Amino acid sequence: MNKLKYERPYIKKLTAGAMNKFGSLSGSQPFKFIDNVPVKSLVEAYGSPLFVISEKHIRRNYRAAYRAFSTRYPKVQFAWSYKTNYLNAVCNIFHQEGSWAEVVSGFEYQKALGNGVPGNKIIFNGPGKSKKDLLLAVENDSLIHIDHLEELGLLLPLCEGLDYQPKVAIRVNMDTGVYPLWDRFGFNYENGEAWRAILKIVNSGKLKLTGLHCHIGTYIQTTAAYGVAASKMAALAIKCNTELKQHIEYLDLGGGFPSTNTLKGAYLPGTDTMPTIDDFAEEITGTLIRAGFENDDLPLLILESGRLLIDDAGYLLGTVLANKRLSDGKLATIVDIGVNILFTSFWYDHQVSPADDYSPTVENTVIYGPLCMNIDVIRESVNLPLLKSGDHIVIHKVGAYNMTQWMQFIALRPAIVLIDEQEQVHLIKAAETLEHIETNEYIPEHLK
Amino acid sequence: MKLKKNIATSESGFIFNPATGDSFSGNAMASSILLAMKNGEAEVTIKQNILQKYEVSPEQLDRDWDDWIVQLKEANLLETGSYDGK
Repeated sequence: MNKLKYERPYIKKLTAGAMNKFGSLSGSQPFKFIDNVPVKSLVEAYGSPLFVISEKHIRRNYRAAYRAFSTRYPKVQFAWSYKTNYLNAVCNIFHQEGSWAEVVSGFEYQKALGNGVPGNKIIFNGPGKSKKDLLLAVENDSLIHIDHLEELGLLLPLCEGLDYQPKVAIRVNMDTGVYPLWDRFGFNYENGEAWRAILKIVNSGKLKLTGLHCHIGTYIQTTAAYGVAASKMAALAIKCNTELKQHIEYLDLGGGFPSTNTLKGAYLPGTDTMPTIDDFAEEITGTLIRAGFENDDLPLLILESGRLLIDDAGYLLGTVLANKRLSDGKLATIVDIGVNILFTSFWYDHQVSPADDYSPTVENTVIYGPLCMNIDVIRESVNLPLLKSGDHIVIHKVGAYNMTQWMQFIALRPAIVLIDEQEQVHLIKAAETLEHIETNEYIPEHLK
Repeated sequence: MKLKKNIATSESGFIFNPATGDSFSGNAMASSILLAMKNGEAEVTIKQNILQKYEVSPEQLDRDWDDWIVQLKEANLLETGSYDGK
């Protein structure tokens, strides 16, 4: 006789009051496949936890975003933000699509060179460039975005004896009506600091000011801020043209566009509240076109979007380790995914889906990771079906920042696989081992 | 492990505690266990019946039973002293 399907007994107190407008469970079906590859087979082959990246998603996101800008503006260039995800396989997808590289350290610069990006298609941002980094960038004819005067001071002596002028831009910070104002990076627009920096560069005669750069913040949820930024950048570029006869070839508006993750504390889900990339594109390009550039000599528009292009292309698969009741009777589910590999769980209420069949009964639970640390909380409160140990879960929209900001802490970091457009699975980073961690550790003789 | 005597249950999983006014809804497994408990069946008998009928290991059932008792205790549906070995 076939036995009946089992579900653990569960009772729920009925409370009178307002109905829950958000429903009871996000997703009515188990999430069993990523690009038609079974979640179960991925975990069996590569272990749990496991990061999975969809090449199809990345290319789709890139093309949609590029189309949003290029159909509204004649000259558009994307530069892939390495810090968002600098796995070589991921970077190369963006480079194949036409992206330049946007790097913020010598380490990232080397990665971009290693990925075959020509030096003149590497944008070097960030406040921490060393003399050695700058020299490499000068030699490779890269676009150096100067963050502060100390950096200019480092750069100028490197230009001695050169028969060409290295190409530079300055990073400009400004009030765009959003909080916080990112004035720690670059030179301020409103107080004239940016203009003074421009004068220093132009008057040095050693550098070629080719562009202006800004990056107004992160996860910006209003398009109006980009309109303000574009307007101020355009005004500065026009001033360079008219007062200094310095032609500004490009305006780099940076990134900061949101994905559709739901920020912690948000009342409505991100999918319902975030502007689309078309909304941002309309605001930016419309402002630039109306800005009054002479003879329609519009500058190249560079964008360094990261999160928007990759967040929803990344998944994190995990396994339920245990269920337990907290002192107040609330259910706690412990999974093998910790905050050390899911850094973004501090920012977002990530969507969590069961990967196995389940019954309609749901229970509110807190999801803890496996670390012996009180802060290891993946979701404080989420309605999930009655999971049991060994069940698999899928955490959505984890493609940005997690695979660069993850920490080796208590546990080792897991493998990462890429599902290509033909739905073939490729290991693109092997799981960490003890040998990886200890390879550059040394024990003094007297402690052996 | 006794349910309070005045707890009302229905086959559809509705549970009512007239002493507090609290009501609960349970899944199918909860309502069948509650019915058995109301009929005075012992824990061991209830578990045997479940193991015979359902696709579950004895170890999993034991873990879920412990959790079930905690839920009943939290819901104030058990006779005082019937769950802590007194």
